[in-house]
Amino acid sequence: MAAMERAFVEIDGVSMRYGGAEGTLALQDTTLSVRRGEFVAVVGPSGCGKSTLMKLVSGLWPSSAGNVVVAGQEVDRPLSVVGMAFQNPTLLPWRTILGNVMLPLEVVEPHRRRLRAERAAYEAKARGLLAMVGLSGFEKKFPYQLSGGMQQRASLCRALIHDPQLLMLDEPFGALDIFTREDLWVQFQEVCLQLKPTVILVTHDLKEAVFLADRVLVMSSRPGRILAERRIPFPRPRSLDDTYRQDFQDLVHELRNHINAARKGEEIADAA
Amino acid sequence: MPRDATPSPPPSGLPPSGPPSSGPPSSGPRPRRGDANARRVEAMAAAARRRRRLQTLLPWLIIGATFLLWEVLVRGLQVDAFILPAPSAIAASMVQWWQPLLVNAWQTLMTTLVGFGLAIVFGLALGVAIGSSTLLYHGLYPLLIGFNSVPKVAVVPILVIWFGIGTVPAIITAFLISFFPIVVNVATGIATVEPELRDVLRALGARPLDIIRKVGLPRAMPYFFASLKIAITVAFVGSILAETVGSNAGIGQLMLVASSRFDVPLVFAGLMVTAVMGVAMYAVAAAIEARTTGWATRGQAEQQVSGLTGG
Repeated sequence: MAAMERAFVEIDGVSMRYGGAEGTLALQDTTLSVRRGEFVAVVGPSGCGKSTLMKLVSGLWPSSAGNVVVAGQEVDRPLSVVGMAFQNPTLLPWRTILGNVMLPLEVVEPHRRRLRAERAAYEAKARGLLAMVGLSGFEKKFPYQLSGGMQQRASLCRALIHDPQLLMLDEPFGALDIFTREDLWVQFQEVCLQLKPTVILVTHDLKEAVFLADRVLVMSSRPGRILAERRIPFPRPRSLDDTYRQDFQDLVHELRNHINAARKGEEIADAA
Repeated sequence: MPRDATPSPPPSGLPPSGPPSSGPPSSGPRPRRGDANARRVEAMAAAARRRRRLQTLLPWLIIGATFLLWEVLVRGLQVDAFILPAPSAIAASMVQWWQPLLVNAWQTLMTTLVGFGLAIVFGLALGVAIGSSTLLYHGLYPLLIGFNSVPKVAVVPILVIWFGIGTVPAIITAFLISFFPIVVNVATGIATVEPELRDVLRALGARPLDIIRKVGLPRAMPYFFASLKIAITVAFVGSILAETVGSNAGIGQLMLVASSRFDVPLVFAGLMVTAVMGVAMYAVAAAIEARTTGWATRGQAEQQVSGLTGG
């Protein structure tokens, strides 16, 4: 049955070139598809076009070639079925945490129409999400009163509040210290197990990718293209202890070798 | 989440560690060290309270001292009241002419506030337009700067020709002079919105108008209020200027009449009244700013207070 179902996200022969025809090719002929409910992580060295891929799939930028289809809809502008979290928390500093989490509801239909009438229900939902990531009691605080990790969790709640069918995460844990980051992996995994969204996570942290994802894609740089694909067999829920298991480490190592190969190829290309 | 929860200040009297200068652990009794710390925290809090009291008193002290010095110098050097009247002479003039002063001050205040109100409305609108469109920004900015460079005192006679002697030229002058800082500040606030914040809205499929309403305008508010503090004081300059050149009412006109009668103390009384109105309006603008844009200063005023007085 799964084979019959059309992929939820289809990225077909997508390229992206900056600065006109002579410009830098950031992403070359990338093709990948993501099933509904799947968690895909895209890893690669910096400058490999991971963030470009995110901008294209989220519709923030138009692609130079190829097309992107999300939920049967061609992406030519940002779609409201997508929730996005960025490397920085990007909370609006003049809003409380609750106000920030509820921001998408003021923009995205049909919530936008209903918000006034069903404010209490929506607020309860926002509080519920905040509770899931351990932010109960911080609803009325302003972003500057929270630590970076807490802000990032609030930002995840904001990405989830309007029930997006696709969650796009652009290195959301990248700016955090390792302990906070690992905590958030566990919490985020729980959220995913409950809400079962389709997720595309861009990261340069291999451990993070293997811990969270069902499938990991390795990208090369300049121009970015997908070099390798690896299915992660470990059952869920995964614990932080699992990350120290030999088979987990072997997988991380294997991915690391792909990245090394990608970088070596790049050096050869540069030298030539 | 206990790990990275915002640290709360330790309860006073129970600091987590001893003073750094305590040296090697001695056999000295520990509880007394805690007492010493409590006393130190208490002393710091008291010092902070004294400083805050001084801070609120200081402006008044300085104003009082200035007037005192002025009085002493004028009397000591026997300066002619025609050159520089002593504060006591100015006060006497204020008492003597309190009624015309009050009537004309009211006139000037109303003129200024109407002009200032117009400046807020048009300044906000134009500031938002210029700030959110680079095309408008580049197109209109040279004209705006050129317009602002024109001395307003040269514009008043033209306004008088158009609208006749009276309140209207003064309102328009107050508007013209206070409009520019508002436009520039609001435009700057909106034009410098972080692209990341804009992307948050754009990724949700927000319309440009949504982005201005939800990100641009709130983001520009600190800039807007900062500009109001400048604008309200220059609005007084504008209205009094116009009253001096072509009007039959207002503090400016009163000062003109007083100086033509060589009643210098009354001229100074008019200046004093104007200064008081300016400071009062500035205080109103500052109070509104503090209430509405606490996020921009990150509640620093509160933090200083609660941080120093302890938990």
